[in-house]
Amino acid sequence: MPQTLVLTTPMTGVRLLTLHRPEALNALNTALLGDLAEALEVAAADPDIRAVVITGSRKAFAAGADIHEMAERDMVGILDDPRQAHWQRIGAFNKPLIAAVNGFCLGAGCELAMHADVIIAAEDARFGQPEINLGIMPGAGGTQRLLHAVGKSLAMQMVLTGLPIDARHARRAGLVSELTQPEFTVDRALEIARVIASKAPLAVRLAREAVLKAQDLDLASGLRFERHAFTLLAGTADRNEGIQAFQAKRAPAFTGR
Amino acid sequence: MDFEHILFSIEDGVAFLSLNRPEQLNSFNTAMHLQVREALKQVRQSSTARVLLLTGEGRGFCAGQDLSDRNVAPGSAMPDLGESIDTFYNPLIRSLRDLPLPVICAVNGVAAGAGANIPLACDLVLAARSASFIQAFCKIGLVPDSGGSWHLPRLVGMARAKALALLGNKLSAEQAEQWGLIYQVHDDADLRDEALKLARHLATQPTYGLALIKRALNASAHNSLDAQLELERDLQRLAGRSEDYREGVSAFINKRTATFKGR
Repeated sequence: MPQTLVLTTPMTGVRLLTLHRPEALNALNTALLGDLAEALEVAAADPDIRAVVITGSRKAFAAGADIHEMAERDMVGILDDPRQAHWQRIGAFNKPLIAAVNGFCLGAGCELAMHADVIIAAEDARFGQPEINLGIMPGAGGTQRLLHAVGKSLAMQMVLTGLPIDARHARRAGLVSELTQPEFTVDRALEIARVIASKAPLAVRLAREAVLKAQDLDLASGLRFERHAFTLLAGTADRNEGIQAFQAKRAPAFTGR
Repeated sequence: MDFEHILFSIEDGVAFLSLNRPEQLNSFNTAMHLQVREALKQVRQSSTARVLLLTGEGRGFCAGQDLSDRNVAPGSAMPDLGESIDTFYNPLIRSLRDLPLPVICAVNGVAAGAGANIPLACDLVLAARSASFIQAFCKIGLVPDSGGSWHLPRLVGMARAKALALLGNKLSAEQAEQWGLIYQVHDDADLRDEALKLARHLATQPTYGLALIKRALNASAHNSLDAQLELERDLQRLAGRSEDYREGVSAFINKRTATFKGR
């Protein structure tokens, strides 16, 4: 693995991916994006990994895409941009993904954070989509996922002005689930990942899918999907274990079956 | 380190920053703002600074904004004072509040306008007996800035805050001490020595822990009790990992004087 991404497994079932391009505030160049997609695919294929935490440095989660790289591409170059395929691979990751955000989380960095299921942010974090300042616009979900995360008015304000919002604002708007002191952002994200990793994997997987479905299905279809998933879990060993453990007042031992 | 409008040095853990435009009562122009900003940046990046002492040269501490400065001079066009605040005063106040070491302010004379509010963003405010605080903004149709409207009600209560801000009367250093606006008053001749004594003491203390104390107290202004209890837990976790905590406990158990490194 290259040095732009540090992979660790700090606790059973949890993989930590740390973006590491300190010289460029973790700007997401194509190589880093590709490494990230690959690391997520490895984690997806590993039955021992049940949740992934992604973080940057104390100063920046990721401050955008690599502008120098972008400058070299004309319209045809953008059309054939390999980045698009990397983003799709990242978006296809099918296990719980938690972003631990310190400092700058801008442009492609903000878009990456919004690929996560849960965002934990330090009180000094800043979120923004400054693409408009460069005469371009968000191109990796910034105009889509932000709408679901913060609502239309704030999404429009952020996308059209390029002005960032602070962590408290992001928390109020619902972009972020919890604020922490910067020293504890990763700890807290790992803790949430650890709790998720202790649950029944099939239930986690289907519950996550059901929540994601809500973004692109009408309510009736979404409710149908939820009910099917709910019914499917009735056929799992872990459901029986979960209910029995609850009745016997003991901790459940889930097997993922 | 040579600056035109400030005196600045870092010696034996004490960062000393004195506003130095005595002819203009140390009022801020753009150049002085930039020099103060640079000095604070050096303090932040310094591996040796463990306390900051902020004071002024001459008979005044700081008379706020220099009204003849071209950025705010009432010229032909309406000035945008918001821009000056966004660019200079607000970052200065945030910088003093967020500095991860104790900040002592020795108010050596008149402190007016922004100059009356900058000390309130510091941690320990000493003042000369002859010093005074004037919320002069209302006299020229302006609003207390540099955090004044936030600090005043918290420090002296809403009734006194409104009187100070709406009337713009001179508040003596002794009255300010009685009201709890500042920490201590000293005789004029003793002020700088007392401030330096305090700074030298703080330079030997567990700086990292002191920075966490500062963070906790600053955050208390907007936290609920529950949130503050959680913050205390988190900050105590951090403090408990510090070298100085080990040293403090070890010195206590062995009945010797602790030697703190500030980390």
